[in-house]
Amino acid sequence: MTTAPAAAAEHAAGDSYLTHGKGIASWLFSLDHKRIGIMYLALIVFSLFLGGVFAMVVRFHLWDPSGGLVSNDAYNKMFTLHGAVMIFLFVIPGIPSALGNFVVPLMVGAKDVAFPRVNLLSFWLFVAGAVLFIATLVVGGLDTGWTLYPPYSLESSRGLGILLALTGVFLAGFSSILTGVNFIATIHKMRAPGQGWFDLPLFLWALYATGIIQIFATPVLGITVALGFLERVFHLGIFMPEYGGDPVLFQHFFWFYSHPAVYIMILPAMGIVSEVVAVFSRKPIFGYKFIAMSSIAIALIGFFVWGHHMFVSGQSKWANIIFSFLTLLVAIPSAIKTFNWLATLYKGHIILKTPMLFVLSFFAIFGVGGLTGLFLGTLATDIPLHDTYFVVAHFHFVMVGAVMIAFLAGLFYWWPKMTGRMYDERLGTASAILIFLGFNVTFIPQFLAGTMGMPRRYATYAEQFVGLNRVSTVGAVLLAAGLGVALWAFVASLRHGARAPANPWGAATLEWATSSPPPHDNFAVAPRGVPPYDYTGLTHASDEAGWIPVRPEGAR
Amino acid sequence: MSHLAQTGTAGAPEDRFLAHHFPDMTAQSQTSKLGIWLFLGSEVLFFSGLFVAYGVYRANHYALFHYAHHFLDWRMGALNTVVLVGSSLSAAWSVRCAQLGDRRGLRITLLLTLLLAGMFLVVKYFEYSHKLHNGIAWGAACHPSEEILSTLPASVRALPVPKDLGTFFSIYYLMTGLHGIHVLVGMGLYVWLIRRATRGDFGPGYFVPVDSVALYWHLVDMIWIFLFPLLYLI
Amino acid sequence: MTEHASARPAHEPGTHVMSPGILVATAASLMVLTAITVTSSRIDLGPWNVVVALAIACTKATIVALFFMHLKYENRFLMVILIAAALFAALFVSFVVFDTVQYQPEIRAADQAVRKGS
Ligand code: HEM
Ligand SMILES: [Cu+2]
Repeated sequence: MTTAPAAAAEHAAGDSYLTHGKGIASWLFSLDHKRIGIMYLALIVFSLFLGGVFAMVVRFHLWDPSGGLVSNDAYNKMFTLHGAVMIFLFVIPGIPSALGNFVVPLMVGAKDVAFPRVNLLSFWLFVAGAVLFIATLVVGGLDTGWTLYPPYSLESSRGLGILLALTGVFLAGFSSILTGVNFIATIHKMRAPGQGWFDLPLFLWALYATGIIQIFATPVLGITVALGFLERVFHLGIFMPEYGGDPVLFQHFFWFYSHPAVYIMILPAMGIVSEVVAVFSRKPIFGYKFIAMSSIAIALIGFFVWGHHMFVSGQSKWANIIFSFLTLLVAIPSAIKTFNWLATLYKGHIILKTPMLFVLSFFAIFGVGGLTGLFLGTLATDIPLHDTYFVVAHFHFVMVGAVMIAFLAGLFYWWPKMTGRMYDERLGTASAILIFLGFNVTFIPQFLAGTMGMPRRYATYAEQFVGLNRVSTVGAVLLAAGLGVALWAFVASLRHGARAPANPWGAATLEWATSSPPPHDNFAVAPRGVPPYDYTGLTHASDEAGWIPVRPEGAR
Repeated sequence: MSHLAQTGTAGAPEDRFLAHHFPDMTAQSQTSKLGIWLFLGSEVLFFSGLFVAYGVYRANHYALFHYAHHFLDWRMGALNTVVLVGSSLSAAWSVRCAQLGDRRGLRITLLLTLLLAGMFLVVKYFEYSHKLHNGIAWGAACHPSEEILSTLPASVRALPVPKDLGTFFSIYYLMTGLHGIHVLVGMGLYVWLIRRATRGDFGPGYFVPVDSVALYWHLVDMIWIFLFPLLYLI
Repeated sequence: MTEHASARPAHEPGTHVMSPGILVATAASLMVLTAITVTSSRIDLGPWNVVVALAIACTKATIVALFFMHLKYENRFLMVILIAAALFAALFVSFVVFDTVQYQPEIRAADQAVRKGS
């Protein structure tokens, strides 16, 4: 972080969390959830950048059917590292660890998360995991795909790379578990006086549901990679057929975690959407309880569907049928949410600020991403679509088009709170539009290529797909440009953004009841719970002063 | 109970352990307890993977599992079960002592728990070294020696040594090994508790660490409750 | 803002002191159940041996949870956590085993066919 906003904030509001304690150590070993959140944010944005570089190599390589840019081996490493970095270091931790850490205690009016030391530990575990991933690159990369399937991934000829990657996943996983424990304990026990369960902002319901998955599914990832590690070193015969093991068992292990993990990604994104859509429609969220409960339902049902990734693995036919059926059930709570959001827009006074633009993109893209999930969940249609670009397009629709875009919505939304600075709305708008366009140009062609049978994870492809691939690459450039503009908006804001008022958007949740940026202890006066989506008590004073309570301070 | 208006009530001595972000000790200890339980829930799923592996290989190689368990001495397993139950009792008792402010009792029960945990590992060490000494390792490295084969019951000895015998022992070492690591960690925690108890940190107003570690310890015991019959008996 | 703790009741709410009688009885019943497991395993019940062993183990685990871990006297939510964890674990084990017993014979049959063919 630069000190520019810090200095500005100091003039404005006295001590803020940014100025409380100086020097690098006061950041690295800070127990303050806000600082930990900011450090996560820095690391996660870096991961997005790194994963993005790999993605661009992949896209440019596929400009040519015979693979123009790198060797086939290098291509395999590029898509593997792209996937692994994006999934384990960006989409999974992105919203909960970076934005969630910053916002959760503020939203319940607390001074910190329940276990600040555990929070710091979790951050350092994540750093260690990330370092091991980078180390994988140094020792020659990894070419197994992010799914790390044996027997290929655990062959005895493999070097250090796979071991480093497995350890990295293990550490990042434990970081995620600890974050989940912290959030659930915070939400349970540290709510402001008068803040009942149904006074919680929906972002917290979403993180609560996420926490359930982090706590109950992530340990299975831990044991999976631990077994993989031991199998590779000691040849236990658990996963490797060579030694009497069963590779399908690995897939069960992996997806028992990794399907719920897609809800670790999407639930927090849905939480952000619920906040933003209400604030920028100036209307209470429609169907609060349905949105809250559908988060929990998604988290729970998400545990029962992992086998839909294994329809062609050799899994038995009864398992296939049951998993296919259960998969279709998950779509119900997701649809409930979507309809409630749309109903919130209906007759709302819609304000098209940057966060809202991203959220509107989310609606369009998540709709397609979720519905194509149903094609894949249906046993009969998945058999031809499996391992084609259709799957690639599906999960990019949900992970990039929905999760990354919601992450950006949240980042723009909470940016003034985090830094005390406003960003330039024109830059924000430009980035939102560019990203929406770039995204669709990149991934719609992949749906088409997939239905025509283009397989995923190959360095070369048949001549007939050349047009679609080139359009996709052009789209990727647009998408990258859009992200560049977003970065520009943030940097410009840090350097000379206008000072942010406490409540620039007129939101009613508690994080906007304290100054921007908040003081070290979050609130000058510990707040009481308020209805999170009741905007009648707020009025827009001016751009400088933001929104203020209608009644004078102190009146009840 | 509002924490807005509290000022100046003289705090109890334990308040030096009250973190700044909690209004009072009750809130803090209840939060810790919730945190510990969430973590234990996570632990259950961590172990569950090994039970899956056990289930899959047992279902597919029933004869092998039946054959292999004869290499395990159920008396050792039973002994360790008793040792662990004893240590759990002592751990639960230590919580009681802390709650009642019985500092001497607390130190004794903590120490006893630690000793029994150590004893568990000593027994485990003898089992492991006996097996490894006789060529019973994991996976492909499992080649039982004539000596150990001759100790099997006659009806079992008549059978040929199954090809995949090592698979059972991979699972055996994984399950008992992960459990053993948890025992080691538990011993570390008890050492820490003993030091703090000797310093006089714990009493009726502050016993969260004693309780939390005991909960962890009971979970370790609980896992063993499943491991013992699955590996040694059936 | 400075905060101080309020005067607290002698025992914190939700913390129950376990009586020596219950603690000893808990340990004793665990020992007895251990003895029963060992004995029952020496009788050949075929596939029921596993069932019996697991049933006894679950009983023992429940006893540990209720008394040693004093869940009986706690906020119900803590029990929910443990039960949820146990159910998820059971789901995992049972579904994978259910699947494996079906596909393994297919694989073995295919294996055999290949071997015969060559
Ligand atoms: C709305 C309900 C959803 C359904 C019914 C669904 C269904 C599926 C199915 C059946 C597959 C397997 C396709 C195959 O490999 O043949 C799949 C793949 C995938 N989905 Fe979804 N999905 C849904 C939402 C999501 C969300 C929200 C995310 C992430 C945020 C996600 C991420 C993924 C990923 C990463 C893969 C591919 C994994 C791989 O093989 O590398 N999905 N989805
Ligand atoms: Cu899935």
